[in-house]
Amino acid sequence: MTRSPSTSPHNDESPINLERIRQKFPRWLRRFLPSGGGSHEDHHGKGMFGFTIFLLSESIVFLSFFFTYAVLRLTTPNWLPAGISGPEPSTFVIINTVILLSSSLVIQLAERSLNHHHLKQFRWLWLLTALMGTYFLIGQGIEWSQLHFGLRTGLLGATFYILTGFHGLHVLSGVILQVIMLVRSFIRGNYNQGHFGVSATTLFWHFVDGIWVILFSLLYLW
Amino acid sequence: MTHSSNEGATNPLEPERSNQQFNWRYYLHFSTDHKVIGVQYMVTTFTFFLIGGLLAMLIRGELVTPELNLVDRPLYNALFTLHGTVMIFLWIIPFNAGLANYLVPLMIGARDMAFPLLNALSFWLIPPAGILLISSFLLPNGPAQTGWWSYPPMSLQFPPGQPINGQLFWIISLILLGISSIMGAVNFVTTIVWLRAPGMTFFRMPVFVWSVLSAQLLQLINLPSLTGALILLMFDLSLGTNIFKPLEGGDPVIYQHLFWFYSHPAVYIMALPAFGIFAEVLPAFARNPLFGYRSLALASLGIALVSIFVWVHHMFASATPDWMRVLFAITSMLVAIPTGVKAFGWTATIWKGKLHLDTPMLFAMGGAAMFLFGGITGVMLAANSFDLHVNNTYFVVGHFHYIVFNTITMAIFAAIYFWFPKITGRMFAEGWGKLHFWLTFIGANLTFFPMHPLGLQGMVRRVASYPSEYQGWNIIASLGGFLLGVSVLPFIANAIGSILDGPRATDNPWEATGLEWTTSSPPPRDNFAEIPQVIFPPYNYGNPRAYGEDSATQSGEEVSSHNE
Repeated sequence: MTRSPSTSPHNDESPINLERIRQKFPRWLRRFLPSGGGSHEDHHGKGMFGFTIFLLSESIVFLSFFFTYAVLRLTTPNWLPAGISGPEPSTFVIINTVILLSSSLVIQLAERSLNHHHLKQFRWLWLLTALMGTYFLIGQGIEWSQLHFGLRTGLLGATFYILTGFHGLHVLSGVILQVIMLVRSFIRGNYNQGHFGVSATTLFWHFVDGIWVILFSLLYLW
Repeated sequence: MTHSSNEGATNPLEPERSNQQFNWRYYLHFSTDHKVIGVQYMVTTFTFFLIGGLLAMLIRGELVTPELNLVDRPLYNALFTLHGTVMIFLWIIPFNAGLANYLVPLMIGARDMAFPLLNALSFWLIPPAGILLISSFLLPNGPAQTGWWSYPPMSLQFPPGQPINGQLFWIISLILLGISSIMGAVNFVTTIVWLRAPGMTFFRMPVFVWSVLSAQLLQLINLPSLTGALILLMFDLSLGTNIFKPLEGGDPVIYQHLFWFYSHPAVYIMALPAFGIFAEVLPAFARNPLFGYRSLALASLGIALVSIFVWVHHMFASATPDWMRVLFAITSMLVAIPTGVKAFGWTATIWKGKLHLDTPMLFAMGGAAMFLFGGITGVMLAANSFDLHVNNTYFVVGHFHYIVFNTITMAIFAAIYFWFPKITGRMFAEGWGKLHFWLTFIGANLTFFPMHPLGLQGMVRRVASYPSEYQGWNIIASLGGFLLGVSVLPFIANAIGSILDGPRATDNPWEATGLEWTTSSPPPRDNFAEIPQVIFPPYNYGNPRAYGEDSATQSGEEVSSHNE
């Protein structure tokens, strides 16, 4: 390294100037992008960045399951065991899906009202999201109990229950997170300084919904 | 090389430093200080290294004679299974995480990791996971016996009617270690991207930090695939599903894909930090700037990127279609390009340097040299025809150990000696260090070189007995293995003795560049009295201001220019 050292710490000699790149992104995306060096104080941005890469990593677990499902489905000669019909996209399942997906909109509105410091509105919308998530979980349980195949019914049963079960665990985690955040909203001044937990839960909820879209297409529509 | 040039200089931190004693009791507590956690990682994983080494010596003991006489076959299977699992998942990967934990915040000028509590949790998952794995020796049917891959359907053939078995312990232990690694990876990547000190641009980061970043990105992208495979394996093993059971319509090759999608990049997760260590140690003892800094930094990312697309080369003999075998042979050989950039950069760094052959330098040069050998056999194995010839033989074992022991573990020892004064505040005994190096270097080559001719002659791996014509090389390998066992004794004696009674280390005993050498040894709780402002490119050897001489002028100048 023979270049003469630049004297000012903020004179970024490298072609990658993060702050300049960051400013080019829309505001909603910018919060995932790091500001320049030394942003020790920005807990929200740091936390959202970490949580986002965690979700990207988590999606690989789902991807490994999707891969397994697709390969087995494509290569197994008798995918449906004799006398067994696969899962059908019945009205019940579709209503369940619509409820879960529209809850993404509700939670987004909830986070927005918290951004605008409308705490009461936040609580109602947040509670509604948690109820919609709970409805989905109960609906999933009812569907499980009505299916005429079990975990050990061939590859169909194994993959169906593992995939929906793993997704269901994520929905359950999301609902638990939502309850925790709701309780915390009753602690005076809890969200005055920032609400990383609420933003992370919102992002997690969108993630869980996105996974369900893929899962629904693979399991019911294929 | 004088290690004490700073001794006479007045240091404003001196009174504070005398309070910073290295107190071992402090390291038994739950702490969120990245330096404490780093040491906790390193000491814990070194304990597992000793256990894994003991298992290896039992294996080598059995292989002295062609007949089966020291252990029975199930125990032999358990020995090599746990040896591999412990060394990979409880020694190298978490040790590297510990070293990075200690060094990365110091190197980029941060006060701690991005998420200190998460950091502590990542560490505290490791002891229970390791103890769970080792405790499977106490089960009625012993530990898992199917190698560190645990391929189904073999791994699903545990005696029925035993819901609690060694294979299940193995799976749960690995899932826990995976969760620990993912939490660590989130933490490392966020720390490196967000917490760099002012002026510490990406291209001023030490190559070690680049290596950690690349390795941890691989953890994030690839490790979840292993977790997914293990969850499915657990369902097959304990809950009666048939996903990987070929007789019931399942497909065991899916497991191989998911397993190697992580476990091949895992080799780079282990090796990249070792490459980073070479890039720190070689310039410091050659008194030369690192040759081709940018190329070496980007080569780390390049290795990580290419290694995502090479996993099928472990499955050339798994009825893989021809087009896939050719494709993955090519991508595997592509890894040699960024790796070659690295090896070239190290060589050019020590070229015409003023070499100081202290212990860290010996380990780094020894490791880098043996990496050349292991790398070449790696390219040989990437070729389909050759790979099929030596598939599942000792040639593969020899190649792998030249990487994981002769390169990576040597690099780890280089790192331990290099940063020992910084971590403990004491100097180690140089003579004992050199003894440790020569015993390790000779032992490593004696142990692992004979595996190459053995493999070429057709000796299959994972067998407890073998035809008698293989005995000669096996005796040499076993003697080497016992020598390696002896070689850690001077290291342990040196480390403990030096911590208790070594001479005090100065802030920068090697006159190395890098922010970690500008703070006291050991560093204070917050690492730096003031967050440093970085005004130098890295590895600025030849510029005395870069390694802390006359530091008062530097900060004075820097402040005044900043005010302009």
